[in-house]
Amino acid sequence: MVNTARMLSLETPLAAERLRQRSDSSHPELWALLDQVMDPEIPALSIWQLGILQDVQCDGSVVEVTLTPTYSGCLAMHEISVFVQKSLAAMGFAEVNVVTRLNPPWTTDAMTREARARLREEGIAPPTPSSADEPLCCPRCDATAVTRISAFSGTACRAMYRCSHCHEVFDHFKAI
Amino acid sequence: MTVTSPDPLLVYVLRLGDDALVAGQRLSEWCSRAPILEEELALANVALDFLGRARLCYQFAASLPGAVFDEDGFAFRRDCREFTNHLIHELPCGDFAFTMTRQFVVDVLNVPFLEKLAVSAEPRLAAIGATCVKESLYHLRRSRDWMLRLGDGTAESHRRLQDAVTELWGYTPELFEQDTLERTLIEQGVAVDLAGIQPAWHSEVQNTFDRVGIKLPTLDWQVGGGRRGLHSEHLGHLLSELQFMQRAYPGLKW
Repeated sequence: MVNTARMLSLETPLAAERLRQRSDSSHPELWALLDQVMDPEIPALSIWQLGILQDVQCDGSVVEVTLTPTYSGCLAMHEISVFVQKSLAAMGFAEVNVVTRLNPPWTTDAMTREARARLREEGIAPPTPSSADEPLCCPRCDATAVTRISAFSGTACRAMYRCSHCHEVFDHFKAI
Repeated sequence: MTVTSPDPLLVYVLRLGDDALVAGQRLSEWCSRAPILEEELALANVALDFLGRARLCYQFAASLPGAVFDEDGFAFRRDCREFTNHLIHELPCGDFAFTMTRQFVVDVLNVPFLEKLAVSAEPRLAAIGATCVKESLYHLRRSRDWMLRLGDGTAESHRRLQDAVTELWGYTPELFEQDTLERTLIEQGVAVDLAGIQPAWHSEVQNTFDRVGIKLPTLDWQVGGGRRGLHSEHLGHLLSELQFMQRAYPGLKW
């Protein structure tokens, strides 16, 4: 059983700022188009939900998309750039510039509430927002008695935990 | 060309890139050989972070006016004498205790180093620092844990840890050497002043090893020269593997 109260905790200030930036954009259709671009390593999340899509600007037929990598060794960045180019090209934008911006660095606080809920549905314990004092809990049974069994998992952004209540092993998306 | 480029910033960023590339390459040698599955994942992921760090440095270097290589060229087309990494990174992996001890002393340095780099007057270096410091904080949590576990573990793990510390200690002074090129960049607010980091580095390393009864050796010998392109025999072997494909088939692409 999922504790919905915890999921409905407020957006982080950074996620709220990103939501405002998106809704204030003069090209909402481009942001919506990029919602199709999913992170290859966590296909449940789009690049917007993950918080690496920073900006979309359009000048005539030229689109500039700004991305921030999660970890410096993230293998998915190249693939994501290609996906961004392809999805915009399919809508007739021939010239697409994908710009990588390192500073300010990516943080899990950029994830929206919706993104954290999606991770939980996928069986991945979402990162705790830095502004909230929430215990890490098992995405399956919601127990907070969990033990870290590995500092890393299949990707740099995750660690592996075991739930002491339901005994399932699960991934945790680390807060950074 | 790289060791003596007229552009000090290019030389500096290549030093940082070379440290990261060689460290990452060594860590990646553990792939499929780690003692347990969790460490297999951790070593490979930390290796990737260092490789990513090297790419960020080389990409920046390639964008500078004096650069004669692109990002890949810096990694694959330079020879030993043009690499300027610290010697500690090129030492063979040794046993698990040796690899983790090297990682620990480097992580203890990297955290404050990258924090300071994040406020460099050169914005592209600052961006690299800000991105990478989060990773190093996490690396340090793990490498410090291993120092305590190995030091407090069995008689054999304790002995192996002590051997590693003894063998590595003479390679650590080089991490804090600064030449005139770096001092000029420090004055400009671009490079990190390592002198300010060394005391805290030493006390953190000392405190950690004190907790588990590991003795820091007296500094009977020390080596350096990496920043001038003078290396141990090990770097050539590392590069021959790293660069094999581009040396055998120049310009090959995936």
